[in-house]
Amino acid sequence: MANQEWPLWEVFIRSKQGLNHKHVGSLRASDEQMAVDNARDVYTRRSEGVSIWVVESNNVFASEPAQADSLFEPADSKAYRHPMFYDVPDGISHM
Amino acid sequence: MEKNTNLFEYVLRMGDDSLILGHRVSEWCGHGPILEEDIALTNISLDLIGQATNLLEYAGEIEGKGRDGDAIAFLRCDREYKNLLLVEQTNGDFGKTMMRQFFFDAFRRLLFERLLKSSDIQLAAIADKSLKETKYHLKHSSEWMIRLGDGTDESHSRIQDSLDSLWKYTNELFFMDEVDFSLIKEGIIPSMDGIQEEWLVYVTSILEEATLSIPTNNWKQEGGRIGKHTEHLGFILAELQYMQRAYPNMKW
Amino acid sequence: MKEVNITELERRFQEKIDNDIKIEPRDWMPEEYRQTLIRQISQHAHSEIVGMLPEGNWITRAPNLRRKAVLLAKVQDEAGHGLYLYSAVETLGADREATIDDLHTGKAKYSSIFNYPTTSWADMGSIGWLVDGAAIMNQVPICRCSYGPYARAMVRVCKEESFHQRQGFEIISLLAQGTPEQKAMAQESFNRFWWPAIMMFGPNDADSKHTAQSMKWKIKRNTNDELRQMFIDVTVPQAEMIGLTIPDKDLKFNKETGHYETGPIDWDEFWEVVKGNGPCNKERVDARRKAKEDGLWVREAAMAYAEKRKVKNAS
Repeated sequence: MANQEWPLWEVFIRSKQGLNHKHVGSLRASDEQMAVDNARDVYTRRSEGVSIWVVESNNVFASEPAQADSLFEPADSKAYRHPMFYDVPDGISHM
Repeated sequence: MEKNTNLFEYVLRMGDDSLILGHRVSEWCGHGPILEEDIALTNISLDLIGQATNLLEYAGEIEGKGRDGDAIAFLRCDREYKNLLLVEQTNGDFGKTMMRQFFFDAFRRLLFERLLKSSDIQLAAIADKSLKETKYHLKHSSEWMIRLGDGTDESHSRIQDSLDSLWKYTNELFFMDEVDFSLIKEGIIPSMDGIQEEWLVYVTSILEEATLSIPTNNWKQEGGRIGKHTEHLGFILAELQYMQRAYPNMKW
Repeated sequence: MKEVNITELERRFQEKIDNDIKIEPRDWMPEEYRQTLIRQISQHAHSEIVGMLPEGNWITRAPNLRRKAVLLAKVQDEAGHGLYLYSAVETLGADREATIDDLHTGKAKYSSIFNYPTTSWADMGSIGWLVDGAAIMNQVPICRCSYGPYARAMVRVCKEESFHQRQGFEIISLLAQGTPEQKAMAQESFNRFWWPAIMMFGPNDADSKHTAQSMKWKIKRNTNDELRQMFIDVTVPQAEMIGLTIPDKDLKFNKETGHYETGPIDWDEFWEVVKGNGPCNKERVDARRKAKEDGLWVREAAMAYAEKRKVKNAS
């Protein structure tokens, strides 16, 4: 039977309180509840997580690698956004 | 002494339920309907084997004859196993395995919830750990009841067949004899009466949502609790005990 | 935007690889690189999944509760590892179930070692010690592979697999130091698994058609023969330590090179097993195919229910 394959889900795990959810991989599930359960069984067998997000892979919209130059390189020339750009005289602390 | 004999028997019954069901579910490993579910089934089996280990070790301590969990798990004859007939039934298709699991999980959750208040500290501690696992198993099996019952025509008819064939083993979940009565009196275990009612309410609500009908034929099968088993147990034991019987008194 | 020609794309691609910059799923890559990865990663995934069967064989017969739990957890890890790898395959635009169907029709290969039977409990030791030992030897360098998702999956796999080899060695060394029956069981198992384990690294470099290109692309970081030699050098002393005899009368230590040299490897056997003529090829693939076929109604039901619910929630 065609099209009986379960959709693909991307899995994000928070490894402990205070940290961001981080992408760990993907899996198949028929619905979001099963996706969370499967993620628990597949990706947290060694206590790797305290919270799970799942997102159907179809719903992820990504930037184009071919446009990486124009998206990300302009930021490289703006060193003034970083603290190292500024001189602080010796003897000044807490800055 | 009397109390210890009863408690030993009770803990053994629970341990055997976990052992034999854990054995059955482990047969799925590598053969599940999809990779993700294969992993989920193995987790359930691992939890059950873990519970069996805790319970049978404890039974050995209560007995005080120097038998450890392994000696109890592997070196008894079939009549000495006290598990429910339900848990020794064959896996059948995935639906039958889930139906068996669903009946058992629903029962075990109610039992463990009550055993938290047991006057026996160790039993309460085992219940505490096992309850967390069992709640997850029940969520898993309940969801599958609904998916399979309310899925396709084929899945509905398959899972209804499993319900029809396993229903007769459910009454034994609530089996009670002198062992139970005396432990209930001492506050070590809960009475089954409330449990049976609550179990039926929960099971009925899920099966209704799954569009399944509970059989009207109420003829029941029981015997496991007193060591009278179906034909299946012998084959389970042949595999379970193979190494211990073929190579006695060795360390592995 | 200026048109960039293929040669220029290929040059930039190789430059990234040479500079150890990882390739990520949506980056441009030569079609051949993509196909090589799909083939290699899915073969690797199939090996994990088929590899569940010879060990799964012994779960219900494990000799005690501890061993039973450990074996279950280990075989389950293999399912997990297969899944991480299929995940990586899917980032390349390949479909997991389609690659699995290739396994079932015999189009896709998997590690030949799993076509050998597990006839005694000692085989659980041999597999953990030798087969997982060889697999780790193969996999550790792949953690630095040029394709990001494969490398990341491999890091996870290697981290989890470290217990696999140890539990296997624990089983076999306990037997090797046990009763005469247990010792015989250990040696007999070792005799059966030694040569197939050595063959797990694949054909000699001279006969390996993919090696050169894969090394250039940094999909592979060591040659088959290099890895095989590393494995032999660490495993021989381990076997001796626990009192097992290497089933190779020609085995000797070369003091000048510091390496062990084995007798001739039976490559005819290797190729026959690859071709499908091993002792359990048919059983293994049949078991996987049956699992998928038997599970069809379950997967269909779950999907049908999910769709029904979507419709219900929408109205």
